[in-house]
Amino acid sequence: MSFFDDANLARAKEIVARYPRAKSAILPLAHLAQDQNGWLSQEAMEQIAELTGTTAADVLGTCSFYTMLKRRPCGKLVVSVCTNVTCLVVGGPEVLDHLEHRYAAEPDVTVEEVECLAACGGAPALQVNYEFHERVSPASAEEIVEAYRSGSRRARTVSGASVA
Amino acid sequence: MTETRIVTKRLHDRVDDSWTLDGSLASGGYEVLRAVLARGDAADVQNQVKLSGLRGRGGAGFPTAQKWSFLPPDSFPRYLVVNADEGEPSTFKDRMLLELDPHQLIEGITIASYAVQCSLAFVYVRGEFALGYERLTRAIDDARGQGFLGRNILGSGFDCDIVVHRGAGAYICGEETALLESLEGERGMPRIRPPFPAIEGLYAKPTVVNNVETLSTVPHIMQMGGEEYAKLGVNRSTGTRIFSVSGHVNKPGNYEVELGMSFRDLLYGLAGGIRADRKIKFIIPGGASSQWLTGSDEHLDAPLDMDFVQQTFGVMLGSGAVMVFDETVDPVLVAWRLAKFFAHESCGKCTPCREGTGWVEKVLYRMSHGLGRPQDLDLLVSVGANISPGLVNAPFVQTTICPLGPSAVSCVASINKFFRDEVLERLRNDAGVHA
Ligand SMILES: Cc1cc2nc3c(=O)[nH]c(=O)nc-3n(C[C@H](O)[C@H](O)[C@H](O)COP(=O)(O)O)c2cc1C
Ligand code: SF4
Ligand code: FES
Repeated sequence: MSFFDDANLARAKEIVARYPRAKSAILPLAHLAQDQNGWLSQEAMEQIAELTGTTAADVLGTCSFYTMLKRRPCGKLVVSVCTNVTCLVVGGPEVLDHLEHRYAAEPDVTVEEVECLAACGGAPALQVNYEFHERVSPASAEEIVEAYRSGSRRARTVSGASVA
Repeated sequence: MTETRIVTKRLHDRVDDSWTLDGSLASGGYEVLRAVLARGDAADVQNQVKLSGLRGRGGAGFPTAQKWSFLPPDSFPRYLVVNADEGEPSTFKDRMLLELDPHQLIEGITIASYAVQCSLAFVYVRGEFALGYERLTRAIDDARGQGFLGRNILGSGFDCDIVVHRGAGAYICGEETALLESLEGERGMPRIRPPFPAIEGLYAKPTVVNNVETLSTVPHIMQMGGEEYAKLGVNRSTGTRIFSVSGHVNKPGNYEVELGMSFRDLLYGLAGGIRADRKIKFIIPGGASSQWLTGSDEHLDAPLDMDFVQQTFGVMLGSGAVMVFDETVDPVLVAWRLAKFFAHESCGKCTPCREGTGWVEKVLYRMSHGLGRPQDLDLLVSVGANISPGLVNAPFVQTTICPLGPSAVSCVASINKFFRDEVLERLRNDAGVHA
């Protein structure tokens, strides 16, 4: 049984072919798996191993180094709130606190604390599924998350984007 | 006080379409590439970049032409790897260049690849930059469609293509050898040098690693001529740089200025001064890795000159970030948050960094949360000195594989240097813990 659906399997093969060595494709394929499934399951890692000529243990060994790769199911919305120093001094921790409490019992929203998002010019900053939102407050941050929940805002998924 | 917009000119002039092929072509995009390929003199590109005095904009400030010249002459294939992993806290210029002017970067990559005779380049884009990734991959497809990339570019016989690779959340992958490991599908842990990447880099082949802003500057150097470019700036800090100004200024943002401008002109002239007319308590120039400055006249009047600030104050311009904190801020709290960052991002390969960053974070945590003990500041300095002996100034004394370890104690050295009395006073009154 293939983990990747047909379209993504074709993409995965194209991605592997871009690199002089197949192992380089582990991270892009992990992103592709997450775009399809939301997180990186054992089945996904097994298929990535097959496609890159490595073992599932190699794939886990690599992927467990990187914070964006989720090795357990998480919410459909991943809300990443920066509390690094610029955000720290203009209200980032308050935004994090509010969202963590607000969504503590809502499994479709995963709130996480992250390091500087390179959006300090618009601090405090957060991302929802890697879309940037700047100059947020606890209240506006919640409104933004709710807009994604209701479908009035959509995030891009990018891993399958054009292949060199 | 004004900016000198070279690398950021298009994105300011064409706010509606600077990132598109049309927007680029309508404002001179790829004309320099065309001219360079028509002249057919790769050595001249290297020479112009050398004459320009261009130094890397990623952090270390190494002369770009010199780095290119380290490639062994007859060894192929060789690779150009573009560092778009921008994760140094408070740096946000490369994200802007990726999102708002990807064609300028592509033109720079192609010209640089031509100069160093490389036919495959990689761009390692920070995983969180979804929009930047999307715009860059789209721009590459569009550029290939116009014959600016791919086989026999513009009929010149030169082949070059670009693969975009997304990171997945690890600051250390900005360090060039960790980046190469990550690009090879490994955990992003720095390599011991030598061998340097120029000799054995990606897939053990000769490799140049350059920053996004560095390469985005290359077309302009070729257009102006290296000598003309070198007239901008000051001393060995030639040209312009983009400074990411953040924190308690009225107008945070990216400002491209001629090097040699003073901190005062950047922060008060361009960034609008400090909110509510407060005073500056301290400044972190160069990104989280640098030691700090204060709001003193001596510091504010200093020029943005890479060598001057390093030799005079032991700080660096680094990645071009300038964080400004006003008098309401607790420097110990900021130091703790930076220590937490470095402890989290340490890759764990060397003992002093893996263990030391954790201890620095723990001690700073209790100090910043009212639980400090009287000896804590000296304890910190001693732990810090075990990571970076002497604990003094940039450039760091480095006993670790990469500079992350020593960077983590910049905040310790800085609070000890500027706020020692204030911190000791506070520790005398703190509750203390038995940790
Ligand atoms: C811990 C660490 C993180 C770094 N992060 C970045 C980064 O995000 N972007 C970057 O261009 N350089 C970064 N660097 C510097 C790179 O190692 C390298 O010097 C740079 O990419 C070279 O390009 P340049 O010569 O054009 O500046 C980092 C260095 C260290 C030690
Ligand atoms: S100094 Fe720290 S981050 Fe750098 S290689 Fe050593 S453990 Fe890893
Ligand atoms: S510190 Fe929060 S985005 Fe940079």
